[in-house]
Formats: sequence, C-alpha cells, structure tokens
Amino acid sequence: MALPKYTEPHYRIWHYFYLLVCGCVFFFLIAPLFVIFPLSFNAEEFLVFSDGMKRLDPDAFSLRWYKDMIYGTKNPWGLAARNSFIIAIFATLGSIILGTLAALGLSSRHMPYKGLIMAILISPMIVPLIISGVAIFFFIAKVGLAATHLGIILAHIILGTPFVVITVTATLSGFDHSITRAASSLGSSPYNTFMKITLPLILPGVISGGLFAFVTSFDEVVVVLFLAGLDNTTIPIQMWTGLREQLSPTILAVATCLIILSVLILLTAELLRRRSERLRGINR
Amino acid sequence: MSSETGKILTTDGIPLEESLKQAEKKNKIKAFLLVAPLLLFLIITYMIPIGDMFSRSIDDKMVTNMLPKTYKAMENWDGKELPSEEVFEAFYLDYKILVKNKTAGKLQTQLNYEKNGFKSVLKKLARKQKKFEEGNYKEQIMKVHKRWRNVEYWRAIKRRAPSYTYSKYLKGIDMYSNEDGKIVQVSEDRRIHRILWIRTVEVAFFVTLFCFLMAYPIAHLLATLPMKYSNLLMICVLLPFWTSLLVRTASWMILLQQQGIVNDFFVWTGLVADDNRPEMMYNKTGTYVAMTQILLPFMVLPLYSVMKTISPSLMRAGKSLGATPATAFFKVYFPLTIPGIGAGCLLVFILAIGYYITPALVGGASGTLISNQIAYHMKSTLDWSFASAMGLMLLLGVLAIYWIYNKLVGVDNIKLG
Repeated sequence: MALPKYTEPHYRIWHYFYLLVCGCVFFFLIAPLFVIFPLSFNAEEFLVFSDGMKRLDPDAFSLRWYKDMIYGTKNPWGLAARNSFIIAIFATLGSIILGTLAALGLSSRHMPYKGLIMAILISPMIVPLIISGVAIFFFIAKVGLAATHLGIILAHIILGTPFVVITVTATLSGFDHSITRAASSLGSSPYNTFMKITLPLILPGVISGGLFAFVTSFDEVVVVLFLAGLDNTTIPIQMWTGLREQLSPTILAVATCLIILSVLILLTAELLRRRSERLRGINR
Repeated sequence: MSSETGKILTTDGIPLEESLKQAEKKNKIKAFLLVAPLLLFLIITYMIPIGDMFSRSIDDKMVTNMLPKTYKAMENWDGKELPSEEVFEAFYLDYKILVKNKTAGKLQTQLNYEKNGFKSVLKKLARKQKKFEEGNYKEQIMKVHKRWRNVEYWRAIKRRAPSYTYSKYLKGIDMYSNEDGKIVQVSEDRRIHRILWIRTVEVAFFVTLFCFLMAYPIAHLLATLPMKYSNLLMICVLLPFWTSLLVRTASWMILLQQQGIVNDFFVWTGLVADDNRPEMMYNKTGTYVAMTQILLPFMVLPLYSVMKTISPSLMRAGKSLGATPATAFFKVYFPLTIPGIGAGCLLVFILAIGYYITPALVGGASGTLISNQIAYHMKSTLDWSFASAMGLMLLLGVLAIYWIYNKLVGVDNIKLG
C-alpha cells in the first residue's frame, strides 16, 4: 500500500504506525504455531530450546518424539487417532446428510416458521459448549450410549449440523430455482433432478460445511470428556490429559501432525470457497 | 357459461385458486419433510435434554426417596425440639437399608450440603449402628455422637423433605435459605461462585475488547490490500482458525512458561532480571493472552466480510468534501462497520463466556471460570443438579445478551464469514 507522494508527514508516520500494529497482530496470530514445530524435533526432554538447538547443531535435533508417538510403549496415540478418525468421519457424514436435507427444506419459499426453525437448528452452535455438553451427556447417558463410539458420534452430529445448515443455506441463496423447474418440465424425476442438477451445484457448500463438521468433531474435547470411556479415547482427550499431567515433547510431535492436517484442510476450504464464489458469479 | 366467467378453471376442471392452494400446501409439506429429520433429531437429542437439565436442577427427590420412613414420621414434627422416638426409629431403619445397599455415601454428601459436618456424624453412625439393640433408638443414636442431640441437624434433614427445590440456583449465587426459610448470603469466606461469575464476565469482556482492538486494524488492512497480498495474509488468520484448540493452547503453555521464549525475550531485552522471571502462566495473564489469540479469528472474519463491502470511494468522497482522514473515518467508515463489529463482539463474547479448555490449562486457580466449575461438578463431585442449575443460569445470561443485541443492532444485521 504505497502512499501518494503528496501525503503529509504526520499522516505518513501514522500510516507506518498502522502497518506496524498490523504486523504485530499478524505475528501474534501466527507465531505461536511455529514454536511447536522446531521443539518437536528436540533431542532432549525439555520443552525449551537447548543450547545445541540455538547453535543449529544437528545432534540437538532428532525424530525421537515422532518415534515415541508411533512405536512408544503403552502408546495411546494409535488408538486415539483411529477413534478420532472413525468418529469424525461418521459424524461428518451424519451432519452432511441431515444438514443438507434441512437446508434444502429451509431455503424453499414455502417453508413455514422459517425463523423459529432456523433458530432451533443452529442453536447447538450458539449455546456455550459446556451447556451443550451437559445436555447431550444427559441424553446419551439416558439411552445408555455413554462410553460408546455411537454416543460420541451422535453428540458430534448435533454439534456439526449447524455448520452444514449454514454453509448449504448460503450456497442455496444464490441458487437459481428455475433450473430445477426446467429439469422437471423436461421430465426428470425429483430424485434425478437433485442428483444431476442441484447436488453438483451446491456441492462446494456441502463439502465446506462438512469440513467444518469434521474439524469440530476432530477437535472437540468438552463433550467427549463427559462421554468417553477408556476405549473411546480420542486425540483431543489424549492431548488434554497430556497437557494437564506433564507436557511431553511427544505431544508436540502430535501437535505438529495436527498443524499439517489443518494446513491441508485450510487449503481445501480455500479452494472450495473460491470455486463456490466463481459458481455464484461473485466477481472481484 | 356466463356463471363460470368469475372463476378460471384448470384443465382438470378445478378452480385455479384452489388448485394453486393445493400445490402450495404440497410444497409446504415437502419442505417441512426435508427439515423434519434434523428438527426431530435435535429436539430429541438436544432440546429435550436442555429441558431435562431444568427438571434436574430443581429435582430434590434423591434424599426424599432415600429416607421414606423418616419423612413420613417427621410429618407431625414441628421442628422446635428434638423429634420423637418414632422419627429416630424410622431414620435408623432407613439408614440401615442405605448402609446395607452401600448407598449411604450419597446421603452423607447430600446432607453435608445442607449442614456442614453432617458427613462425619453419619459415617460414625454407619459404623456403630451394626451393634444397635432393638428399641429405644433415640438414646442409642444420641450416644453415638453428641451432634444428634442438636436439633439443627434434624431440621437439616427435614428441610430436604420437598421433592423440588430452588436451592441449587441460590447456591449458584452464594445464597441459601437458612433455618427460618429466609434467603441469606453464605458466610464471607465461602462466597466462591459470585467471584467466578464476575471473573467470567470480566474475562469475556476484556477478551472481546482486546480482540476488537487487534482485529479492527488487520481486518481493515485485509479488506483494502490488493487481492494477491491479502490472500497471503489471510492465511495468518485462517491457519490458527482451523488449527486444533489444544494445539494452540499447548503452544501458549510453551511460550509462557517461566523458562519459555517470552520470558527469555524479556530477559534478553533487560526488562526483567534472569532470576526474577515473571509468572505468566497459571494466572489471569495467561488466560487473557491465550484466549485473545485463540478467539481473534472469530472477530477478524465478520469484520473483514463487512469491510470488504464498503466502497473506498466513500472515504474519498468524504475527504474531497474537506473532511480530515480522522473525521472521514469516524463519520463515514466506522458507522458502516458496525454490523461487523456487532457480529464479531457477540461471537467472541459468547464463545469466551463459555470457555473451558484454555482457562483450565493455562489459567491455574485464579483463571478458573464458571464453565470449569460446571465441568468440575459434572465430573468430580457428580452434583449434576448443581451443574445443571449453573449451566441454565449461564444460558439465561447468553440469551439475555442475544436479546439486548437484537434490540440494539438487530440479529438480521449480523454477517458471519
């Protein structure tokens, strides 16, 4: 952002001050993530940069904690990762199916009580998580699903659907309904119309909602802490226990893997967002 | 023919108006059927359980069910002097069953809430009652512990007789109804919950304020920079947004520890002495710093999406009409960003007020918030009715904020993402 030549000096100073503030805030946002990265390769057991690391001595770095994460004795991470993925995948599928159907209904102009129903559907996102956690725990415990995968999946579907409802409704807001009418008038069955016309067009919204649901489930710890037994420990639970008891570098190795995962998710989400904006004809 | 002119018929011979109505009704049902699965699912798994929280929070049947005979015998007791032998016998019989079923612990805990020191008295009775002889239970019970002669303890039992109570709500704000049924504050050294409420609101308020102060300039920069730079900088906002909460909390734990990088930096700059490193974790500082960084993206994104829609020509017009940049900003730009500010602040405040994980890890004792207390009662003391009561009080607070927000800004003005 170059300033025009005629800018007065004190505005110039003000402008550079503004850029400096912005720089500091960006640093504050992103820098903490990069601390984890080098420390996870620490050869020692402490969570500080050793003298060797400061000198960039190769011996001070090692893959020790990554090995520990994968092969370590009494290693909880393998089971936790498997559980996390199973739970997140099924919760995402459930959220996508329920959420997309509801969004389709909600964006129909014939839908009665739209405001009220929308409020109910997105309430799990608005109510503080701890309250949702207590309420969901009471339900899951009552139907006897505490400490089962199914119970946690149901809980995560509840927390994940609002994201799908919101993203798909947003995609549908730019949707031209005359295309589906055209398809019907050409003799297509409603199911066929949905599969061939509607779904491909709203797919970016569905997937980005699904990504939100996936991340919500994969990262969720408050509700899982109430629900999980020993067999359904997840990555967030293991991290939580680890961070509370003793901060070992193995956690940092796991955290590094999670950061890499989130970079991948971020890239996917960005690509989808751009595609969806292109499809909706939002030009810049 | 002439009588039909008023009505237009469809090919089936039905008046068009009626046919249209039918079609609309069909569409309505169709739309509703699409929403129905999720709506039903959420009502069963989410809305009803929240209602269930309410009935649990006022439910007080546990003690009533544990001491059925005692309460029956107590019906005629006026509560002024020690109850009669009949009550003592009923209590002994009830308690004997509880000890046998190994559920006496619950009663001990419950009655201890009502009257401090009840637990030890009951535990002693559980040990001694095996050797009791038949008859004259009043004497025998009073011999076990002198507190059984104190009518206060019997009144405490009597107070638990009704099946419904609002005592959990009173406890949530450090009040209780005393022996005479008056609502009074608990003694000064035991007022912990009110401190927690105030601290929760304080933390949420300041975190929202810090987030706003930090997010506004960068959202503005992102919205005004050319696309190729802003997309790159946007990653700085989106990467933390997509990264696991626990990972970000872990990185703050590393940064803020006493031998951590932030402290190293302070020592290096000479701000603090090496042997006098400040404690930045396990207190409010840690909570503020970590929560602000974690919630910052939630403020930036709504602000950005609103600022993106503001045309730069508006500011230029203001300036060309003679406004200084400051005036143009405050009179033109700032009012236009208010929907974004409202959405961001509402989002961050509500997320912050229910925060649990980060304060629990970096907050230490003085960083504990109301959610930690709810989780503690859910998991450790198992006083679920108290946890429910506090949860509902929190929920009521959140709904009140929505209501005020709706009055001030209007929920329709919110723009998310």
